[in-house]
Amino acid sequence: MNELKNNKSETSGATPFRRGGELKADKITMAHGSGGKAMRDLIDDVFIKSFDNPAMGEMEDQARIDLASLQAEGDRLAFTTDSFVVDPLFFPGGDIGKLAIFGTVNDLAVGGAKPMYLTCSMIIEEGLEIDVLRKVADSMRAAADLSGVSIVTGDTKVVDKGACDKVFINTAGVGVIPKGTNIGAKQVRPGDKLLVNGVLGDHGAAILNARGDMALTSPVLSDCKPLYELIEKLLAAAPGTSSIRDATRGGLASAVNEIADAAGLGVTLIEDAIPLRKEVRGFCEILGLDPLYLANEGTLVAFVPAEQADAALAAMQSLDAGKEAAIIGEAVEGHSGRVIMQSSFGGKRIVDMLVGDQLPRIC
Amino acid sequence: MKYVDEFRDPEMAKTLLKEIEALTLEIPKASKRPLQIMEVCGGHTHSIFKFGIETMLPDCIELVHGPGCPVCVLPMGRVDDCIAIAETPDMIFTTFGDAMRVPGSKKSLLQAKAEGCDIRMVYSPLDALELAKNNPDKEVSFFGLGFETTMPSTALTILQAEADGVENFSLFCNHITIIPTIKAILDSPDLRLDGFLGPGHVSMVIGNSPYNFIANHYKRPLVVAGFEPLDVLQSIWMVLKQIKEGRHEIENQYNRIVPDDGNNVALQSIGKVFELREFFEWRGLGSIDHSGVKVREEYAKYDSERKFDLPSLKIADPKSCQCGEVLKGVIKPWECKVFGELCTPETPLGSLMVSSEGACAAYHQYGGALMEAKKAEAEKSAS
Repeated sequence: MNELKNNKSETSGATPFRRGGELKADKITMAHGSGGKAMRDLIDDVFIKSFDNPAMGEMEDQARIDLASLQAEGDRLAFTTDSFVVDPLFFPGGDIGKLAIFGTVNDLAVGGAKPMYLTCSMIIEEGLEIDVLRKVADSMRAAADLSGVSIVTGDTKVVDKGACDKVFINTAGVGVIPKGTNIGAKQVRPGDKLLVNGVLGDHGAAILNARGDMALTSPVLSDCKPLYELIEKLLAAAPGTSSIRDATRGGLASAVNEIADAAGLGVTLIEDAIPLRKEVRGFCEILGLDPLYLANEGTLVAFVPAEQADAALAAMQSLDAGKEAAIIGEAVEGHSGRVIMQSSFGGKRIVDMLVGDQLPRIC
Repeated sequence: MKYVDEFRDPEMAKTLLKEIEALTLEIPKASKRPLQIMEVCGGHTHSIFKFGIETMLPDCIELVHGPGCPVCVLPMGRVDDCIAIAETPDMIFTTFGDAMRVPGSKKSLLQAKAEGCDIRMVYSPLDALELAKNNPDKEVSFFGLGFETTMPSTALTILQAEADGVENFSLFCNHITIIPTIKAILDSPDLRLDGFLGPGHVSMVIGNSPYNFIANHYKRPLVVAGFEPLDVLQSIWMVLKQIKEGRHEIENQYNRIVPDDGNNVALQSIGKVFELREFFEWRGLGSIDHSGVKVREEYAKYDSERKFDLPSLKIADPKSCQCGEVLKGVIKPWECKVFGELCTPETPLGSLMVSSEGACAAYHQYGGALMEAKKAEAEKSAS
């Protein structure tokens, strides 16, 4: 393959012919991406062992999915992709494998789709310990089971040391949107209440902590979790739900701004109502960060018609993933495209999109 | 949250706001033009916007956002020097995060990093020293900036480097000192300020006596202020009370942190490592005598300016940029010709748009609607 020439090697397709190879090495070398036996052993012994399911067992270059089984769930296919490059790979409350599953599953779920099948593509840095890969693959399998999805096809590539950082994962996913479900930012109407399913910023704070730059110790765990069950319950209780977004990178502020912008409406936030763990608040105070912009990995924002808001809140609160759900604001006619927060202190301020990275203040 | 929520109590804020309003009614000149109070420190600017304090104050009080954001007053030539250091072979250049996006004449540190320079954000100069120890085959330069608030930690890092015998660490010193700059602002012919909120963290180091000339010579009140929203409101109230009573004194609202005579240990470490420069260039304000410090001769080997060959060019501010007038309170951020159009947080032209403590960035981020309303009002009264 031509990638070999520029020192990248690859294997493509679902899986190669499977003979139940066993991996002897303890670190990834370029041989593990070369298409030969070492690569086959890696796929057999790490990925197939973890992901094993009937579709993967077919050993073709692609997964084949029965259309009738999809049609039984709804009338539209939802299709999405996401890449995961988190550093460090393992952090309190999660790891890159878990993120790679939940991230894509949640991207499907916030569109009202039932997540069904995922792909997994890995770019691995030469020298990575095989045990690390095993841990990541096992974690992906556990997360997939928890989310009710199967990983049905994949790809691995190995690149020179330094060409990527340990391992990068891409997952693509398909899901099915049930007939009649139609949620999107343009559906939001003035008066719709804004709900969030739990405390903000845990993931961002956990990652910053785990990087160790801050020399702070804090027990905050990432909130990474699948949201489909919660959304299913929310939509049953509040069928008029107009929009749902996953508040990942850029945090709540970015998700709400995107919706306000697309809907051409203003949004008012009530700072007092926004659920925040006191550890995360303290963390942000010390570092000069704004928790509204910290990343989440299991947090959604939803706009729900006012008359269904209480039912939606109760439905969310009945599940662990929504225990700390709250109504934190509403869509309004004025200040179109802008998000304005009523501060706990009594003032008002604009909550804008994040520009660049959230840079810490120096004094 | 303990020690935070006490200073953010909305009920107390309401009471204070009532008192502030009552006080302004007793100050006759407040009915003719708004009273201008300058918060010198960028930390206050940030709090004012974050908590929406400007939206709560009566119209006859105008807050002027002063020069106390060290990132904002950094001239382009100094950023170019940073990049020249960062481009030196085998260099790890370290900086506080705020400085990454400040535009130089050709590029910012963020762009230089994208082009391959090894530039790392640190939270403390000691982290930079640690990097030097862990990378003995590299040079590590730390971009030291800030007022007396950050000077002691940089000074102590140099002393630590000497104690540990570290040879591959140096400081690119851009520390500045606030007093000559306040004086320059007070000497400015277009001055309209009625009083000052003094910088709490700087004062924690230098104490309150260095401000005496403001009260004695320029006859303006100054209240050293804390950074929580109630601190800011109470300090505004204290300034107004002085104006009403015809006093001009230096008062300390932040006495839970700021001792009247400052922090002697910190001052000693500053004095040991640094000496005043004859002058230092401020973005928007020009050259101000004795407003910056440099590394003393005894510590020359820790001085990036001596260690590396730097262009050290003086680059004029962009002509369209009105940062200087904003800094002096002559115009409001949104009155600048390029605000929000040519100059935005994504593509800052003036440095006030770069840091979250810069007045323009703060207006852009937190105060857009407020600004638009005020703009409309100004246009209405003009026509």
